[in-house]
Amino acid sequence: MEQSKIIGHFGPYGGRFVPEALISALEELEAAHLAASSDPTFQSELNELHKTYTGRPSIITEAKRFAAHAGNSTILLKREDLNHTGSHKINNVLGQALLTKRMGKKRIIAETGAGQHGVASATAAALLGLECVVYMGEEDTKRQSLNVARMKLLGATVVPVTTGSKTLKDAINEAMRDWVTNVETTHYLLGTVAGPHPFPTLVRDFHRIIGVEARAQVLELTGRLPDAVLACVGGGSNAIGIFHPFIEDEKVRLIGLEAGGSGVETGKHAATIVGGTPGVLHGTRTYVLQDKNGQTVESHSISAGLDYPGVGPEHAFLNDIGRAEYRAITDDQAMHAFALLSKTEGIIPAIETAHALAGALQIGNELGEGAIILINLSGRGDKDVQTAANYFGIPL
Amino acid sequence: MNSKLQEVFAKAKSENRAALIGYMPAGFPTLEGSKEIIAAMISGGVDIVEVGFPYSDPVMDGPVIQQAAEVALRNQTSATDVFNVISSISVPALVMSYWNPIERTGVESFTKSLAQSGGAGVITPDLTIEESNEWYSATDHNQLGRVYVVAPSSSDERLEKVAQACSGFVYAASLMGVTGARATVSDAAEKLVERVRKVTTLPVAVGLGVSTREQAKQVARYADGVIVGSAFIKLILESASEKEGLEAVKVLASELAKGVRGA
Repeated sequence: MEQSKIIGHFGPYGGRFVPEALISALEELEAAHLAASSDPTFQSELNELHKTYTGRPSIITEAKRFAAHAGNSTILLKREDLNHTGSHKINNVLGQALLTKRMGKKRIIAETGAGQHGVASATAAALLGLECVVYMGEEDTKRQSLNVARMKLLGATVVPVTTGSKTLKDAINEAMRDWVTNVETTHYLLGTVAGPHPFPTLVRDFHRIIGVEARAQVLELTGRLPDAVLACVGGGSNAIGIFHPFIEDEKVRLIGLEAGGSGVETGKHAATIVGGTPGVLHGTRTYVLQDKNGQTVESHSISAGLDYPGVGPEHAFLNDIGRAEYRAITDDQAMHAFALLSKTEGIIPAIETAHALAGALQIGNELGEGAIILINLSGRGDKDVQTAANYFGIPL
Repeated sequence: MNSKLQEVFAKAKSENRAALIGYMPAGFPTLEGSKEIIAAMISGGVDIVEVGFPYSDPVMDGPVIQQAAEVALRNQTSATDVFNVISSISVPALVMSYWNPIERTGVESFTKSLAQSGGAGVITPDLTIEESNEWYSATDHNQLGRVYVVAPSSSDERLEKVAQACSGFVYAASLMGVTGARATVSDAAEKLVERVRKVTTLPVAVGLGVSTREQAKQVARYADGVIVGSAFIKLILESASEKEGLEAVKVLASELAKGVRGA
């Protein structure tokens, strides 16, 4: 048998593991992405939206009082939380929504965990006049009820998913079932750097702007590159967005912080690279939380946005070749960092992002004074007020 | 092509009818229960059995098969159980499995054990030909038929490549969507079968949405095989007792067997 062409791979990871019914749509998307990447009209349209709608470039804030707890290192925050809709998710969503229009499709579907990607998708759909259906695990609709209301206000339909663990993984399953059925009219606006090729590449390309801006900003501000770049990793979209432009800068450490839940040793976590094994989930080969029979194991995290038993295949590859490091941060460590940033800097981060901040406390103390640490402050914490209030025992 | 599958399709053809293919997940409602249901399907007239390897994230399946898979997973159904069920079956039997459980078992180990259990082939709904190199060699040297699922959205070029990669039969999805009974069989199915026939001489079986004798009769006019899954599972889910469920499965199988004979 002839050796087939290997597409969309990162070493042994990535690829396409999907029903044949989706192949034509993935090929169409890949072609649209390639065409758009070299089309100045598309690029200027997207740049205009970044500038006049999202509010890019996002600023850098130096967190001096927070840094006192992080070995007096220099802590620089890339403020993706200040983007319209409150997180980095809008970068990818606007790009894919424009591609949807180019492909002549009028309906988008999306999965969401914390609701940030769902809100961003609903926002882009409203802006560009597309129909939007968001699949969200029933468990997450309860944890993130505010975001459910936001999506509805924006005109989207939110479908609670009641199968399996009723979280992000199951929302993706249900979105894929919708896509298999309605693929001719519908674009699946996947929210992270996972899924079948071309999604890991496509979504990364739309988030690279985070790292491109930050690299130039840090150089201008400090006259040199940072010692370490930190980001939280669930599927890994904000992390790959800020990491990617630094990959060639070999002296810059790239550190992803996964959700350690109650602790990796307890089995109740979502730290896929730290605690998982290579496998196939949702159309891509990557690290997966799975049992000996290849069944996906439920993940656990206080953060709905990191509560996913897979991870982007490029992260799996960067881990294996040693270019990026991944650590697990427990719920308690994340919540400590959440409270600390709020009280020392007046910035309430998303609980997802708090995992990166907890990582900064560790790395800062390891590297000490003089070190420059860049953190992707991927989202703001308004959506997490209820969860945080419950955690800290603040009566509502 | 696997000789057991070849014989069944050749025999059906000589009788001027389509083969009836029945699907049931291993371990649903219990390991022994799934064997009994399959025996009932065969006594009603099923020619080939697809044994489902239950998976936690079945993106090609509708609510009925999802529900059965959840039950089977609660029973901790493993690869060993799947092979155990296969070895109990008196007609040619294939495994239908999403890719990860196969990869986790080990491609070589999985195909070898399946062949030793008397299995005839494997249907892989989410394995693409681009990711199949190891699969080709393992299935070939263990003489297992490879079955890929093609869809109405597949381009002619793609259909040709996928059909060439098949060595058992070609599974034609009757419509764009997930498994589960539908009121009518979409006319996309007949068109797809016609297109597949232009690129392969392998038998073509149609699945997704077929649940009644009348639908089986309609599909048998143009396809070599008629695949029914969710309709059998639904009978088990809705039956008041084990005995009643087995009887209902046997009755449906015999009705469908009449259908594939044009009656």
